[in-house]
Amino acid sequence: MTKKISYREAMREAMHEALKNDPRVFLMGEDVGCYGGTYAFSKGFLDEFGPERIRDTPLSELGFVGAGIGAALGGLRPIVEVMTVNFSLLALDQIVNSAALYRHMSGGQFSVPLVIRMCTGAGRQLAAQHSHSLEGWYAHIPGIKVLAPATIEDARGMLAPALADPDPVVIFEHGGLFNVEGEMGDSWEVDITSAKVRRAGKDVAIITHGGSLPKALAAAEQLAAAGIEAEVLDLRVLRPLDTATIVASVAKCRRAVVVDEGWKSGSLAAEVMARIMENAFYELDAPVARVCSAEVPIPYAKHLEDAALPQPDKIVAAVKGLFA
Amino acid sequence: MTVDHRAPPPPSGPVPWDKDFALRLLADMLRIRRLEEKSAELYGAGKIRGFLHLYIGEEAVAVGALHALSSADNVVATYREHGHALVRGMAMGAIMAEMYGKQEGCARGRGGSMHLFDAKTRLYGGNAIVGGGLPLAVGLGLAAKMQGEDRLTTCFFGDGAVAEGAFHETLNLAALWKLPVLFCCENNLYGMGTAIERAESQTDLCVKAASYDMPALRVDGMDVVAVHETTKQAVARMRKDGGPVFVEYQTYRFRAHSMFDAEIYRQKAEVEAWKTRGPIHTFTARLKAEGKLTEDEFLELDAVANTEVDVAVAFAEAGSWEPVEDLLKDVHTP
Repeated sequence: MTKKISYREAMREAMHEALKNDPRVFLMGEDVGCYGGTYAFSKGFLDEFGPERIRDTPLSELGFVGAGIGAALGGLRPIVEVMTVNFSLLALDQIVNSAALYRHMSGGQFSVPLVIRMCTGAGRQLAAQHSHSLEGWYAHIPGIKVLAPATIEDARGMLAPALADPDPVVIFEHGGLFNVEGEMGDSWEVDITSAKVRRAGKDVAIITHGGSLPKALAAAEQLAAAGIEAEVLDLRVLRPLDTATIVASVAKCRRAVVVDEGWKSGSLAAEVMARIMENAFYELDAPVARVCSAEVPIPYAKHLEDAALPQPDKIVAAVKGLFA
Repeated sequence: MTVDHRAPPPPSGPVPWDKDFALRLLADMLRIRRLEEKSAELYGAGKIRGFLHLYIGEEAVAVGALHALSSADNVVATYREHGHALVRGMAMGAIMAEMYGKQEGCARGRGGSMHLFDAKTRLYGGNAIVGGGLPLAVGLGLAAKMQGEDRLTTCFFGDGAVAEGAFHETLNLAALWKLPVLFCCENNLYGMGTAIERAESQTDLCVKAASYDMPALRVDGMDVVAVHETTKQAVARMRKDGGPVFVEYQTYRFRAHSMFDAEIYRQKAEVEAWKTRGPIHTFTARLKAEGKLTEDEFLELDAVANTEVDVAVAFAEAGSWEPVEDLLKDVHTP
């Protein structure tokens, strides 16, 4: 049986299940309790689970993310919600200098089984300070796992394996996906290790993640009308990258376009391209192309914001450029 | 605000402890002192590399404070933590081997001097980001409270950390959520080379802590008796009432900040004056005056400490390097 459900509802169900099944799990962050979650992901949780486990925090990202790390060290399984990736910069020290390092630096004595969730991305006219796509920064850091659920299934399924992981897992939820609806079956078991083909094709591999996935799929439809069958690969896991699946898609299609809402310079797209160069150079019939955000603070005005971000028509143009 | 950099008057009054306990604390201060003197020597010999921050002069704080805790309590420390690790019960050999970078070290040689870890004695580092341990301590306190454990978390940090946002966020959270965290501020008057009055608009650190609505105590950190008694009082209060307590230990670092510090920011006379207030010799003198210690007993304690250092050095020397094949071990996301 399947049911229609939104990304928001899927994420809420996933957290609800985790809180119900494991007394060590608790949710902490700004406005997760009385307010019901900035994006209503935790609506009703406070009444059901109480203020100990649905813990509203002060505006204190460094403090409460660090407290989540300490609580994980102390035997709990915290879900720390940071309102947006933009504010996570205030907590970067604790994530990079403590959470990511503790297992290795302690000689394997301590692990930090912590999940940090945050909203990422642009596209909602929130202007430059609320529109960053910095998941590539996090994906640079050994010691943490970085996930980007882009589908209903992943929004529902990724949290459980993330909580079961002995290491810190950072989950990036693109703000543009929250109202997306889709069918969900009875099972939502997913892994947090692999990339996944979302649309099979043979002529070009479009490699993307997060909020750019629907754009890539829309571009693939347009391309199909023009006789180009695009394969759309959803990275899902940004660290560690599933190089084998990337290479398989590229080897099959012989052309590749990487779509990443991050800025081009030093981007995750650059890393994906480098891996293709390292592992699939001789499979290619054309240079790898990419579609990234324009290298500018994301503007407020809609026409400028649209122009700054990857869009289906830009992806179509990049693909067609490979066949010119 | 101006701050008096002069050494306080020497501690006086009777030592309210039996001989055994008094000698145990004296022995621990000597163990730290001899370990660190040897470490400095080995640094000069190239056996220990990287950063090495010595605690010499401040021993009374770790010794007095940590002897007020139980083995179930958590400890979070800074990069000047050899003494804390030792008093907590880590083997001196594991500390020395760690500084050598050998895999027999407490963190397999991956952390070095600044990152001593020990799950067994609940020592959660060894944190080399100033203020970095504070949020972790609050989280450990939260975990203990939520799991109904009778467990305090003691967090050591210096006066320099008080300028960090982490200090303020952490004290606020701990007081707001009534967490069992003992904030142990080792105020040695300098954040590296910056005197406290050049870093803080309000130099009374207890005023800052009290503003977060928690008890704030100040104690002479050169006096192991005062340190221990005050910490004991704080711990008793926390076990009874549950919430956090802040203690400022006024102390002084006799050596340079690290091995790279030419100490051009403070007067030699100031350092020398504080050395006359050294925690080991003033405590020794008091015990002798009270008839609780003879010179022979002191020499015996010192000899035992030196032997322990020799054994630790031999252990480190005999240690082995972690195989390069294990480089990525314990990183689960290569």
